[in-house]
Amino acid sequence: MNPVIQLTDVHKIYRTGEVNVHAVRGVTLTIARGEFVAIMGASGSGKSTLMNILGCLDRPTRGQYRLDGTAVADLDGDGLADLRNRKLGFVFQGFNLLPRTSALENVELPMMYLHEHLPAATQRERALRALATVGLADRARHDPNQLSGGQQQRVAIARALVNAPMVLLADEPTGNLDSQTSVEIMRVFQQLNETGITIVMVTHEADIATYAQRRLVMSDGVVVTDEPLARRATAGAP
Amino acid sequence: MRMLMTLRVAARALRRNKLRSALTTLGIIIGVGAVIAMVNIGGGAKAQVEAQVASLGQNVILIFSGSFTRGGAHSGWGGAGTLTVEDAQAIAREVPAVLYVSPEVRTVAQVATGNQNWNTQVLGTGADYFEIRQWAFTAGTGFTEQDVRAATKVAVIGQTTAQQLFGSAHPLGEIVRIKNMPFVVIGVLAPKGLSMMGSDQDDVIVIPYTSAMKRITGATTLRSIMVQAKSPALLPTAEEQITALLRQRHRITAGKEDDFMVRNQQEIAEMATATSKVMTTLLGAIASVSLIVGGIGIMNIMLVSVTERTREIGIRLAVGARRRDILLQFLIEAVTLSSLGGLIGIGVGIATSQILARVMNWPTIISWPAILGAFLFSGAVGVFFGFYPARKAARLDPIEALRYE
Repeated sequence: MNPVIQLTDVHKIYRTGEVNVHAVRGVTLTIARGEFVAIMGASGSGKSTLMNILGCLDRPTRGQYRLDGTAVADLDGDGLADLRNRKLGFVFQGFNLLPRTSALENVELPMMYLHEHLPAATQRERALRALATVGLADRARHDPNQLSGGQQQRVAIARALVNAPMVLLADEPTGNLDSQTSVEIMRVFQQLNETGITIVMVTHEADIATYAQRRLVMSDGVVVTDEPLARRATAGAP
Repeated sequence: MRMLMTLRVAARALRRNKLRSALTTLGIIIGVGAVIAMVNIGGGAKAQVEAQVASLGQNVILIFSGSFTRGGAHSGWGGAGTLTVEDAQAIAREVPAVLYVSPEVRTVAQVATGNQNWNTQVLGTGADYFEIRQWAFTAGTGFTEQDVRAATKVAVIGQTTAQQLFGSAHPLGEIVRIKNMPFVVIGVLAPKGLSMMGSDQDDVIVIPYTSAMKRITGATTLRSIMVQAKSPALLPTAEEQITALLRQRHRITAGKEDDFMVRNQQEIAEMATATSKVMTTLLGAIASVSLIVGGIGIMNIMLVSVTERTREIGIRLAVGARRRDILLQFLIEAVTLSSLGGLIGIGVGIATSQILARVMNWPTIISWPAILGAFLFSGAVGVFFGFYPARKAARLDPIEALRYE
């Protein structure tokens, strides 16, 4: 299997004044194409820091990170932005949609920063297709405040998908949702995963983690558990 | 990211806060409006003065007799009679930079013809006077050097005088009596309008200076001498040479003051425009301050906007915006704001100057270079004052920005 994400002895140290916070203390990790990985851990375990590194929002202090074969440490700010734009898709706990901007335009946002500019009609078509993938084709003209939490998160997923990324990074995607809506989101994730998209999801909810294929548990900046999930939950059709 | 797209994003961001955008641009609107109105009015006034100065003739130098004081009363320039006909002849003979010379005497007299009479300015000049002042004739011609030498009783009358004395009748060949001395009208001058000082230049009757001195005033000295230099470049040279020549002729020793006064056209124009220049400078300073204050207003609002939209910036960075894209987005927003203010300000400025032109009857000129300049400057204000907030936005840490509440 092709490794999409390769971490080799990754450390992250924050220098906050006098105290150095050693948030990640040597993580070596390989994630293959098409995997659905859940990262768990208590707050302060370093899982969010690891997520930021995986998302190219932050660089490791030490160690190597290869994303789809590219050594991230060699890239400048523009190079990282380009990786985030084309190879990664983000889904956040708080949805992070632009307010007073329609679902369609929110989904179009990543295409605005593409190197090769797409004609407006193509952008529209791609955004609509991404919205259809998450089952929101009929809500394209709605603003975020006219949508439910689950719908907003699905718009965010469509936005993460629109540039056809290799990896979908989800940071507590169900943290703001009730359990029924959470299952809906997990269904979307599993469907996407079946089409070949690699998903890395941070969660602190054990039952949400069971929808993944593989579970990592972090504690004090290191991975303490890395196991495949044999009895995987499926969020089938309702 | 394409420019057009960025513009659309900026336009939407501004539309979202219509009132705030409008209030922010107000400073720029007032500043640009003031500049445009001021330039239009100043330009109109300048054009008017220039036309009046041009009506004097080209490359003209005026030499006035000194003033005298009698019992504490000053006579004013031209009163002392220190200039003589010989001075004028000497200038013509000895100053090479000079093209034409015309001695000048003047008096106010009652002029009569038939049953009409009119109190007007009687001007005694040389034959070249009409050439120097580039004064055309609607009928007849001017007098000649021959007429001057012989002190012929011929007269050229201005439009106003012609109207008053002859009405619609044809004045050529008619006799006018100046202080009861009969003169034959040989020419009628084209209208010239008001002088810089506001007097009617057409209310005049021009006769040879010899005729005026011998037959009417009995004066032996000149009020002034009008000289035309060969070119604008030769004006200072001519002025210097005339001054030197006259000081020598009047035996004025070094250190003593001139008993005459030399003024060239440029100086006369400058005197006439001095006040308006001060006003223009003052208004310009106020306008610049207003533009700077407007710029600071834009900077302030942009800083608020960057803080308010921290999360948006985080989202944009996360989905792949480069720092340059963020910088450009906020910079374009600031420039759009200031340019919009500039455009509205230009409209306000033109409207103000047009209203003033109508209501106060001030001459105004719409100055396109000033309009273009004001527009570009307002854009530059946006770039200058928008840069700091935009850079602040572009330097945000995406992780922090995404967490911002």
